[in-house]
Amino acid sequence: MAAKHLQEHPQPAWITFRLRRIPFSYRIDRRAPLVALIIVLFTVGTLIVSVSYGEYNIPPVEVVRTVLNANIDHPDYENFRLVVHTFRLPRIVLAFLVGAALAVSGALMQGITRNALADPYLLGVSGGAALTAVTLIVWLKTIPISTLPFAAFAGALLAAGAIYLFAWKNGSSTPIRLILIGIAIESIVGAFTTVMLLFGDITDVQQAYVWLMGSVYGRNWEHVHALGAWLLVLLPVAFLLARQLNTLNLGEDTAKGLGLRVERQRGLLMIVSVALAAAAVSVAGTIGFVGLVAPHITRRLVGPSHEGLLPICALFGGALVVLADLIGRWAIAPSELPVGIVTAMIGAPYFLFLLYRSRIR
Amino acid sequence: MLLPGLLLCLVFLVLCLLWSITLGAADIAPRTVYDAIFSSDGSFQHLIIQTIRLPRVLSGIVVGAALAVAGALMQGLTRNPLADSGLLGINSGAALAVVLAVVLRGNPPLSEYAFFGFLGAGTAAVIVYALGSMGRGGATPLKLTLAGVIFTAFISAFTTAILIGDTETLDQIRFWTAGSFAGRDMALLSQTAPWILIGLVGAILISRQITTISLGDDVAKGLGQNTTLIRAIAAVFVVMLAGGSVAVAGPIGFVGLIIPHVVRFIVGVDYRWIVPYSAVMGALLVTVGDVGARVIIRPQELPVGVIMAVLGAPFFIWLARWKVKR
Amino acid sequence: MSELNARNLTLAYESATIITDLTVTVPLGAVTALVGPNGCGKSTLLRGISRLLKPRTGAVTLSAQDIWKLPTKELAKRLGILPQGPVAPEGLTVHELVAQGRYPHQSWFQQWSAEDERVTRDALEITGIVEFADRPVDTLSGGQRQRAWIAMTLAQDSEVILLDEPTTFLDLAYQIDVLDLLHDLNRSRGKTIVMVLHDLNHACRYADHLIAVKNGQIVAEGKPDEVVNESLVREVFGLECHVMPDPITATPMVIPIGRAHKSVQQPAAFAEMSI
Repeated sequence: MAAKHLQEHPQPAWITFRLRRIPFSYRIDRRAPLVALIIVLFTVGTLIVSVSYGEYNIPPVEVVRTVLNANIDHPDYENFRLVVHTFRLPRIVLAFLVGAALAVSGALMQGITRNALADPYLLGVSGGAALTAVTLIVWLKTIPISTLPFAAFAGALLAAGAIYLFAWKNGSSTPIRLILIGIAIESIVGAFTTVMLLFGDITDVQQAYVWLMGSVYGRNWEHVHALGAWLLVLLPVAFLLARQLNTLNLGEDTAKGLGLRVERQRGLLMIVSVALAAAAVSVAGTIGFVGLVAPHITRRLVGPSHEGLLPICALFGGALVVLADLIGRWAIAPSELPVGIVTAMIGAPYFLFLLYRSRIR
Repeated sequence: MLLPGLLLCLVFLVLCLLWSITLGAADIAPRTVYDAIFSSDGSFQHLIIQTIRLPRVLSGIVVGAALAVAGALMQGLTRNPLADSGLLGINSGAALAVVLAVVLRGNPPLSEYAFFGFLGAGTAAVIVYALGSMGRGGATPLKLTLAGVIFTAFISAFTTAILIGDTETLDQIRFWTAGSFAGRDMALLSQTAPWILIGLVGAILISRQITTISLGDDVAKGLGQNTTLIRAIAAVFVVMLAGGSVAVAGPIGFVGLIIPHVVRFIVGVDYRWIVPYSAVMGALLVTVGDVGARVIIRPQELPVGVIMAVLGAPFFIWLARWKVKR
Repeated sequence: MSELNARNLTLAYESATIITDLTVTVPLGAVTALVGPNGCGKSTLLRGISRLLKPRTGAVTLSAQDIWKLPTKELAKRLGILPQGPVAPEGLTVHELVAQGRYPHQSWFQQWSAEDERVTRDALEITGIVEFADRPVDTLSGGQRQRAWIAMTLAQDSEVILLDEPTTFLDLAYQIDVLDLLHDLNRSRGKTIVMVLHDLNHACRYADHLIAVKNGQIVAEGKPDEVVNESLVREVFGLECHVMPDPITATPMVIPIGRAHKSVQQPAAFAEMSI
């Protein structure tokens, strides 16, 4: 009787990992592994092309061999090593990490606010980081530029904290209040930033604009290590919180009925989201659209359950920014378009296209 | 009750106007201001008042009224309490047009800024409206909002790309992009004021229809209203009001966002009252804001857009904490 | 003491106090219906006894344990709630939704045990929606969707299920369908059902215990045929009516009189049948 029932049941839409001895289990959408593989292949391909392209062209084969240190006896080896390891690889790898961080941050924010238009900068991350960055670039010029990432990070966290506190009332910070107060704080912070941009030296201001738009130009392995360290901690935490996010997404009342501690989980998820966004912004500036579009596309590929959505989103976001960086370097060569501009120019029309394909009335 | 209130606000506005003229890089006595307007004797001080201060303050009043009414219209049209004229991409379109003008024509006079600003604003609105009308259902509030947000992000990126590459242009236009009334003269005002006046009158004329639309498309259609037509006409007025404002003073935010909220609190949801009250209170807000812009770091000036943000943000926080349920 | 008990409960939102100093007992193992006019506080009362709304005064106990002192997951294993008009995220399949019900039984390490799998499948079967399991929830009809949500609370495996207006906005056939399902869950699985119902006749038909609420106060409580009569309906709903036994279930059936038909002659046989 039981066997017959099992046969009648359709295949579940997920894959379960279950260990025999230790009580551990995890499930992921069935489509996820295949999609992940395709994205990884695409990213590696784009990465190789990107490293190979530039004012100093390196054949793709040699790129791979240089990375693997397999072409030491090649006559141009020293040049290859310099270009690949010092100039190109760090920025492209950073681009991938930034994309991953922003995409996951955006997915978390969309889940927390139950709003498909949320992005990683909802809680003032961009405004706070921008204010501190612009202050350092334009005003407090005696402070070394190497402190910029830390300052931007701190600024982002402070702004987010201020927003959360202002939105705190009667024991909770509801999404609507957060969004509205986020707008308010971003405006004040934006006003101060504007004043600095107006009265600063014009070359400094130009530099500030580049940072604001988002760029990975001139980034080195230090930036990669810094961001990488953050992601090593934050991404696994985010992935493990996927289940709570699913439940939160059913609605506050239903979630409470299922025993979720809504305020606490929402706060935790927000901290992770803000930290991811702040880390990304601190090394690369405020790159837009990735955190907005990547979750949307990923949702269509693997469904809304966050166990599969978050990891795939990270991969997809990373691939997106790597591609955008390549386009930015190619489009107006030998000059560079900052990657944030490319993401906006591709992202905006694509987002329009996404929206009109869905059933919007 | 509402009519006396409106008249009271108007009186207050005139007083503010006069008060504003007395303040600036150098203060002028109120008696002198009065004389300058009503019995001028050609003296230097009177000249300053007539050619510099008066036009500037009048510009502020006109722009404040225009922005507030445009914001009220947008909020009624899109049923989105966070809408203002910037939602139709007007500010970003104007900025791009002005940047292009400066790049192509070197150092144009303020009146050319105005012309290109208006052009950019109008073009942006048309594009956003067209984008928002694609697909089923025509230009619904949600689609308009989305189209506007995406368009603004796209165009802003474009504008920034140009500015990053061209230091001179950046230096020239950065003050303009923050919104300011510095140097606005009678000539500029007389070019743009007619558009704004048409927009204001138009807004009053269709205020009853806007009230109906703001209740919901289904309700409006059920009452026999042609929502598509009304929406299109209202959008034209928004472009005149907001485009005219951008032409005079550059992009200024928050006025169109806050004033309608405050006004709705006082007068309710009838647009026949919302429009005039918004005009007067918008004018008041910008006049006071411009005083701040002139006075806070005198003899230098702050852009009035910054003052608006600093004033508007606390209001928003109050709104979020006390007026939003859950 | 197997009962859900609220004592001296005061429930309020920011702007208004809805319920003051109310005491009520919900019997476990039975179907209880909360009825009353709009705004009477029945939904508020449900939220108060489910831990969704913190009471200003008073206490709520489940089998003598204060629900606010229990860990949230512990309580969720014993008490589940289905709020009014729940919305599932776009693209979520029925199977995934029902699986969500296992949340209180999971932990960081045990995210999907064999037990979770089994209970979810059972829930799908019992509610008869196995064939829809892979379809997105938002593509189902109203009745099917409601069954999916009930399956989720079933997967939660709690002894008490609270439902806030589970049948509002459903077609009549689906209303009866859902009520029959809830009735089954009570009779064959011993689940305690507490539901806010809009339709008084449905409440009379399906409830073992009826609680009538007006202006934040309990006007009457007890078995439907002991409690529902013309004076109660007049007092609680402000409606003139005839009450007679339902020809199918023999429970009280409320027949409104209204203005338009007041002058219509009532057949003699009809007058004899009324309570």
